Amino acid sequence: MTDILQVPAASPETKGRSLFQLALIRFRRNRAAMAGCIMLLLIAIFSFVGPFFSPHSYDQVFPSYVTIGPSLEPRPDASTLQEAMEGVATRARVTLTEFAVEGETFTATVTSEQPIDPRSTRYFDRANEFENTSVVVTEDDGRTMKVQGLVDREYFPFGTDSNGRDLLVRVMLGGQISLAVGLLASLVSLGIGVVYGATSGYIGGRVDNVMMRLVEILYSLPFVFLVVVLVVFFGRSFILIFLVIGAVEWLDMARIVRGQTLALKRREFVGAAQALGLTDWQIIRRHIIPNTIGPVIVFVTVVVPKVILLESFLSFLGLGVQAPLTSWGALISEGANNIQSAPWLLIFPAIFFVVTLFSLNFVGDGLRDALDPKDR
Amino acid sequence: MIAFILRRLASAVPTLFIVVTISFFLMRFAPGGPFNLERPLPPATMENLMRTYHLDQPLWRQYMTYLGNAVTGDFGPSYIYHDNNVAQLIGKGLPYSMELGFYALLLAVIGGVIAGTVAALKQNSLIDFAVMSVSTIGVTVPNFVVGPVLTLIFAIMLSWLPAGGWGDGSFRFLILPIIALALPQLAVFARLTRGSMIEALNTDHIRTAKAYGLPVRSVVITHAMRGALLPVVSYLAPCAAALLTGSAVVETIFTIPGVGRYFVLGAINRDYTLVMGTVILVAIFVIVFNLVVDILYGLLDPRVRHD
Amino acid sequence: MADRKETILTVRGLKVDFTTPDGTVEAVKGIDLDVHAGETLAVVGESGSGKSQTMMGIMGLLAKNGRVTGSARYRGEELVGLPAKALNRVRGSKITMIFQEPMTSLDPLYTIGRQISEPIVHHRGVTLKEAKKRAFELLELVGIPEPARRIDSYPHELSGGQRQRVMIAMALANDPDILIADEPTTALDVTIQAQILDLLKTLQKRFGMSIVLITHDLGIVKHFADLVAVMRRGEVVEHGTAAEIFARPKTDYTKMLLAAEPSGRKSPPADDAPIILEGRDVAVDYTLSPGFLRGGSSVFRAVEGVNLRLRHGQTIGIVGESGSGKSTLGRALLRLLPASGHYRFGATDISNFDRSAMRPLRRELQLVFQDPYGSLSPRRTVGEIITEGLYVHEPELSRADRDRRAVAALKEVGLDPASRNRYPHEFSGGQRQRIAIARAMILKPKVVILDEPTSALDRSVQQQVIELLRDLQAKHGLSYIFISHDLSVVRAMSDYVIVMKNGRIVEEGDTDAIFEAPKEAYTRTLIGAAFNV
Repeated sequence: MTDILQVPAASPETKGRSLFQLALIRFRRNRAAMAGCIMLLLIAIFSFVGPFFSPHSYDQVFPSYVTIGPSLEPRPDASTLQEAMEGVATRARVTLTEFAVEGETFTATVTSEQPIDPRSTRYFDRANEFENTSVVVTEDDGRTMKVQGLVDREYFPFGTDSNGRDLLVRVMLGGQISLAVGLLASLVSLGIGVVYGATSGYIGGRVDNVMMRLVEILYSLPFVFLVVVLVVFFGRSFILIFLVIGAVEWLDMARIVRGQTLALKRREFVGAAQALGLTDWQIIRRHIIPNTIGPVIVFVTVVVPKVILLESFLSFLGLGVQAPLTSWGALISEGANNIQSAPWLLIFPAIFFVVTLFSLNFVGDGLRDALDPKDR
Repeated sequence: MIAFILRRLASAVPTLFIVVTISFFLMRFAPGGPFNLERPLPPATMENLMRTYHLDQPLWRQYMTYLGNAVTGDFGPSYIYHDNNVAQLIGKGLPYSMELGFYALLLAVIGGVIAGTVAALKQNSLIDFAVMSVSTIGVTVPNFVVGPVLTLIFAIMLSWLPAGGWGDGSFRFLILPIIALALPQLAVFARLTRGSMIEALNTDHIRTAKAYGLPVRSVVITHAMRGALLPVVSYLAPCAAALLTGSAVVETIFTIPGVGRYFVLGAINRDYTLVMGTVILVAIFVIVFNLVVDILYGLLDPRVRHD
Repeated sequence: MADRKETILTVRGLKVDFTTPDGTVEAVKGIDLDVHAGETLAVVGESGSGKSQTMMGIMGLLAKNGRVTGSARYRGEELVGLPAKALNRVRGSKITMIFQEPMTSLDPLYTIGRQISEPIVHHRGVTLKEAKKRAFELLELVGIPEPARRIDSYPHELSGGQRQRVMIAMALANDPDILIADEPTTALDVTIQAQILDLLKTLQKRFGMSIVLITHDLGIVKHFADLVAVMRRGEVVEHGTAAEIFARPKTDYTKMLLAAEPSGRKSPPADDAPIILEGRDVAVDYTLSPGFLRGGSSVFRAVEGVNLRLRHGQTIGIVGESGSGKSTLGRALLRLLPASGHYRFGATDISNFDRSAMRPLRRELQLVFQDPYGSLSPRRTVGEIITEGLYVHEPELSRADRDRRAVAALKEVGLDPASRNRYPHEFSGGQRQRIAIARAMILKPKVVILDEPTSALDRSVQQQVIELLRDLQAKHGLSYIFISHDLSVVRAMSDYVIVMKNGRIVEEGDTDAIFEAPKEAYTRTLIGAAFNV
């Protein structure tokens, strides 16, 4: 076209938009991907910040609340408390005439044929449900006593597991571990894969042949099985698990980076850099690596869900993180075992798990479309 | 062609050798052994056991013995299944795993390719969205969730199908495990097919076919489909190897006596020989299917010639 | 335009637009065209003028986001808005097309015989066997050697020219009324281009079909077309008979296009100018390794026994078809790839210099590439790209100094210095080539090897780049080696020409001597093809 006539009408301050910025703009336009991003952010906040707002810790056991269903009502409910109070009354050898719960406090009126010893309030405190019981008034020469105290009521919106632990907090903890394993293992595989692939691709020739042959051999090792062996033999700590998964997952990354590097090596701008006299290392740093970033980022969004799934598979086999720590995978496999008696144990972690993987998928697709537009 | 196959088979020998070597030493350098039980055995018994299984010999000697035996098809005794040697165990379990895997592969390929093609042809339509959503679920929901859910619905609530086991081997027993096994792979095939089909539909030669007034059926099936299937065929190798050698998860959930469970059981119990046996089994499957896929690829794409 | 023959395709108010995330883009803005029986209509324009999209729109071949409105009547039948099924009765039978990219327009998975037969079977309802017989005749007709054997070949087994012949055979299979040829020769070597055009001309005479020729190359149009429509930015700016347009162009745009044939000559340097770069017995071998497992690698000799002396201030043009070894020779002279022979740069013998020994010399010996899209790293700003050489060769410069040099270099190549903060993808092809030239010139080199620097550009931009290069040469006393397959550009740029074929020099001499009186048949073919005699 008439190109010299239309030198871009740019004032000296104008900054061009880099490809990355353009990709960001395209990405923001993609609603599904943006929704995925927001979802992921919310889940991350839920998992990492949530525990600070919960009164329970992940390993706190509530023996009185084993495997109870999800509910927004506080536990124990009024009728359970009534029963508990009646039990207390029987043990204290008094008759319960009146009982009411209001919020966190209860009032009870007990009568007896003999005057009641005020020390019998300790029977109240002995029950799990009641605390700080004190006598309010004594009537009828001590034969009627009004007592007041605090009720220990707990909220379990997600219910509890078969050990009586709060599922809500456990799902938060599981999220922390699953997300952390997913991210860290992907970074490990990214690190190994990029270095290995770029070296192999850039040096080329015999070195490339040998390095890729090794990758092929590792491919024919049954790979899930390799993880199992490594975890079984080297222990089940959190760090080992993501190191092991990362060490197994880098093969694809190495192949992708190598392919990219081979393609980039043939591009004329690398030839131009050689003609300018740049050294190999300068070319790799200034030209090769920045240009492999797109496909690598996209691939990471594929690896993260894969790793989370793999970790959950290990948990299913009983090889994941050790209790009382947990991950979504561990929670799900526990839930799958109790699917008939306590379906919520499966449903809640599964919802978070699937929503996370779904969001990662959309983000990955969005990134691919944004970073690798066909319509150049 | 025959020369190509022979050359490839010959090149598999060093690969297998390296696989065996890596696995052998990896396992032996890890702490623990097959007889380190929770309650320690009396030293005399321990010594006896070690001698019986030649575990008291130097490592390189054990390695050479293993290699020598493996070449003749003797993969040694299993340490945990005392009644059988490894070859017998695999021989018994493999037919179950392979039958299940074969049907699952069939379902995954046929279902996935059809779904992916339909989605690609109706790109960005409701059908496309539905197929992609379902396949995303297929990829994201682990099969140890799918398995129990299927059992709950079809075996327990509806009582249509058996909950597990092999029974008399009739197809009713296979339906649920096949679905659980095939679903994730079906989803992968659907996504792959959709992607490559969209790409294929945008190529210049498809434009040519349209410009020459060829009917849609011919454009899609004869010209776009064949090219689009190439990446699908490449994925066939790892997928077939994984499905046919059994899945630990599905076999555990549906109590199927296949070889899939041996991977995990062997590893957990440090049953060295069983582990080695399964490693070799999987490696052979991977190598064979890579070869099969390369041959298929050559048949589909005249640009790739094996001579 | 008196007494033209019957009009068989009438286009009225045709519009094509594309929906993009940035809004609707109008590619064709309501144009009128007429195609007369047995005549050739050339639709001429530079890239992006909408000439191809017009035809794609009529044929129902637009991309998914494209939409065509208006009217295109073929013998009275409206084609715009016709459902695919009805359109398929016309496409491939009455109106056929050949495309620019012979490499990708054929399905790589089927034999050419099968591909030619398919439309015959479909439109005539004959059996595949009968169609194959016709395919054989057609291959003979379009001049494919050994048609009996070639009919079972796959596209990748044919050369680019042969594939284009196959496309033509396919187009003729159903005796079409109209043949649309969309840049049919652009992707081919010059000598092949002429053959393909001759073939089309002969076939038109024999079968009497109309041809719609879409091209950016006015040289082709002059000898080929009856009527010409000039398009610019989606509109027809001028139309008339070929004779009228070439004799009396009305609009400035057409005049500019006509003038765009590279002009000017370069006078040779003084005879006693010192020799600045010399290569003796240059030979380059490529090892084709057949893969890890297959033994035995074969060696391909890309350049053999070439001698070349570049004097100060001289421009040597190297011409030849693709695969003649001209680019390889250029890189060998710069010691960028392993090559045997003796090399001198000025007084220094650089025959045995390795990469690190060459590095300080790189600033004196620069290279500009063909593809302005590929030669600029897409993730760095223009400023970073053009100062990269300074970063290596003058590391002592401060950031501000580098920036000053960048501004000066951009001004010198006629770009706004503000461009240095922008990224390559924001520039047109011509602008990118200027950036690539600035990157070489900022180092103040003595020798620049220009590898097809104008081949990817439109004609009018080519002329500007050529003038820029000549100005820079005069200003800084540069010596050029100018590699190109385009003889008209070489003629305008160089004072000495080397003709290469299969890695060897077949002829060399002063530019005028070569162009006026070529000795070798090969050179004559090249010249004949380039200047459309």
